[in-house]
Amino acid sequence: MTIVREFTKGFWRENPIFRLVLGICPTLAVTTAAINGIAMGLATTFVLVCSNVVISLLRNFIPSRVRIPSFIVVIASFVTIVDLVMAGFFFQLHKTLGLFIPLIVVNCIILGRAEAFASKNPLMDSLADGFGMGLGFTLSLLVLGSIREVLGNGTLFNVPVFGPGYFPFLVMVLPPGAFITLGFLLALMNRLAAQRPS
Amino acid sequence: MKDILRLIVVLTSLCIVSAIALAKIYDLTKGPIAHQKRLEVLRAIKTVLPPYDNEPDRDMVTLPIGKDKRGEEVQGVFYRGRKSDRLIGLAFKVTSPEGYGGDIEVMVGVLPNGTVYGVEVLSHLETPGLGAKIREAKFKDRFKNRNLYNTKWAVKKDAGDIDGITGATISSRAVTKAIKEGLGFYRDHKARIVGSGQ
Repeated sequence: MTIVREFTKGFWRENPIFRLVLGICPTLAVTTAAINGIAMGLATTFVLVCSNVVISLLRNFIPSRVRIPSFIVVIASFVTIVDLVMAGFFFQLHKTLGLFIPLIVVNCIILGRAEAFASKNPLMDSLADGFGMGLGFTLSLLVLGSIREVLGNGTLFNVPVFGPGYFPFLVMVLPPGAFITLGFLLALMNRLAAQRPS
Repeated sequence: MKDILRLIVVLTSLCIVSAIALAKIYDLTKGPIAHQKRLEVLRAIKTVLPPYDNEPDRDMVTLPIGKDKRGEEVQGVFYRGRKSDRLIGLAFKVTSPEGYGGDIEVMVGVLPNGTVYGVEVLSHLETPGLGAKIREAKFKDRFKNRNLYNTKWAVKKDAGDIDGITGATISSRAVTKAIKEGLGFYRDHKARIVGSGQ
């Protein structure tokens, strides 16, 4: 039962973007289109799941005084793997996201989960936590990216959604659009959370 | 003392394992990454040259084309397109440091007489929806069939012949200037670029 709870908390209760407001830098930077959001989310999920698993397995061996450098070594290794594999097999995607992939190393969600969860919990719970948090992050990025792409470019997954007469609301794909969208979504989430008895 | 030794041993072994894993992954992805980069160059060459039947990236010449801001020599690569062994066009990359958001890289294809056959924007950091329109065929086609003699190489705003993009004069100007300089270099060094195979 707890494994299911560890998995689902990432989607709503402890959603990294909308509830914890962690990892905002890549969130704002890459969500100019829905597909970028998904790709960044999945890359982060991969790193998160792998680092959670390794750190959970090693949690009894890593002395607490060197835990942070150890976590960073593990995380940075997986990020480099993602970077290389993406460059080799998803070249177009890598061209768009290339700049942001190395930044996953410093994404606070990953170090945050390593420190707050994986280093204290057994393997299966950490695995579920990594998947849940990662997919919750992906979902949030997809929502942000979709809204910005539809309003700012008139397309969704590169498919036009409005007629040719639509004049794109350009600011939405520019940096201010990221803040505006995130702000409205956070307000909405807070409102919904306030109405729902926890 | 014993404690410090333990910290060192744990962290060092973690780093060694990471390094070995990364070396392995690097080795596995090296081939595919090089292959993707080559396809990328060939794709760009194909769009800017008339149909050819050789491998332009295996039939090329590298020349120093000038100095960058730090005074270091910049090498330019000129790809030769041939059909039935006859030279039908040359493709080369020009870079403009004067884009609105940063460097703009453009692949230019010219016929042996120096007339533009096609241009392709390889990379840019221009504003989405404005300067980014330099990627659109409508803009790129404005350079077709132009050479140093039949065209005043400046945007209309600067009393030239090239129709700039509304709202993106800086981007249009940067691309125009870069192509013009590329054509000038080609004219001045034609003998060496075309080579003796002609």
